[in-house]
Amino acid sequence: MKKRSRYLIGAIPLVLATGLLVVLWAGLSHQPSIIPSPLIGRLAPPLTLPRLAHPDREVTPMVFRNHVTLLNVWASWCVSCQYEHPTLLWLKRHGVRILGLDYKDHRIPALAYLKKYGNPYVKVAYDRRGLATINWGVYGTPETFVVGPHGHIRYKYVGPIPLSVARRTILPLVHRLRLDESVS
Amino acid sequence: MNRIRILTFLLLPPLLAPTARAVENHPPLANPVLERRYQHLTEEIRCLVCQDQNIANSPAPLAANLRYEVRRLLFAGASNAAIKHYLTRRYGDFVLYKPPVQPDTWMLWFGPFALLFAGMTILLLLLRQKSRLYKREHERTPAS
Repeated sequence: MKKRSRYLIGAIPLVLATGLLVVLWAGLSHQPSIIPSPLIGRLAPPLTLPRLAHPDREVTPMVFRNHVTLLNVWASWCVSCQYEHPTLLWLKRHGVRILGLDYKDHRIPALAYLKKYGNPYVKVAYDRRGLATINWGVYGTPETFVVGPHGHIRYKYVGPIPLSVARRTILPLVHRLRLDESVS
Repeated sequence: MNRIRILTFLLLPPLLAPTARAVENHPPLANPVLERRYQHLTEEIRCLVCQDQNIANSPAPLAANLRYEVRRLLFAGASNAAIKHYLTRRYGDFVLYKPPVQPDTWMLWFGPFALLFAGMTILLLLLRQKSRLYKREHERTPAS
């Protein structure tokens, strides 16, 4: 009896050390630059902005109606957006509807960028000062949201989307949302 | 020569300090009460780009935008709690420097005290066991 209790006490440091090891191990794969969005599952925040190529026209929240839409925040000065660009073109080729949001940019370089690298967007909203995107919790470029046909945010990716994520996560999600949330 | 150098080193930081704080892109608010609340709030809100800085001290453009939002909400008459709520609804609790006390942060807030308590309990048990053994030996030795 006595001996057993001593073994038990001896096991305490071992258990604590194992616990600590698990916590530290999990910490290795944690990326502090990726902040989980509290917006997922909620209705998309308002988005009313002039369009990049047509300053006299507007993008309104109606843009999300009845479609599964990717909202991609980008800028012509953003290097990792260039890196992401082929993935966006790939998604477009696979029938994904992508709405662009040009963040803290100027019209001329932004339009030149789309001309040079190709335009994956159905429309581009233009947020010159980056204040409208605060409602979306955007803190950098690129950031991408998946919005369902009823206007709910279903997914967010921070940073350039690798092709593997587009293929394995985003495209299947878009297909699923089209079926699950389809408008009759 | 050396003395001058030392003097320069001593005098330089206070001279540089005002420029280091000069990320503000606006004059102080005319209303001193609002200005005080503005100072307090911007010190408690984290810049999400340079995450170890609050928005009062961060030179990042995002921090400037968030400061602008705080000012706009202050002018609109929002309370401090409402402004914090406005930001956490968009950016999550991480935007606050001081995490709120809620189930998923209990470990953070109370964990150290729980560990301290557990350590003290173990120490106490061990000490009592030791003293009991010591006493028993002590009682036995003179008799034998």
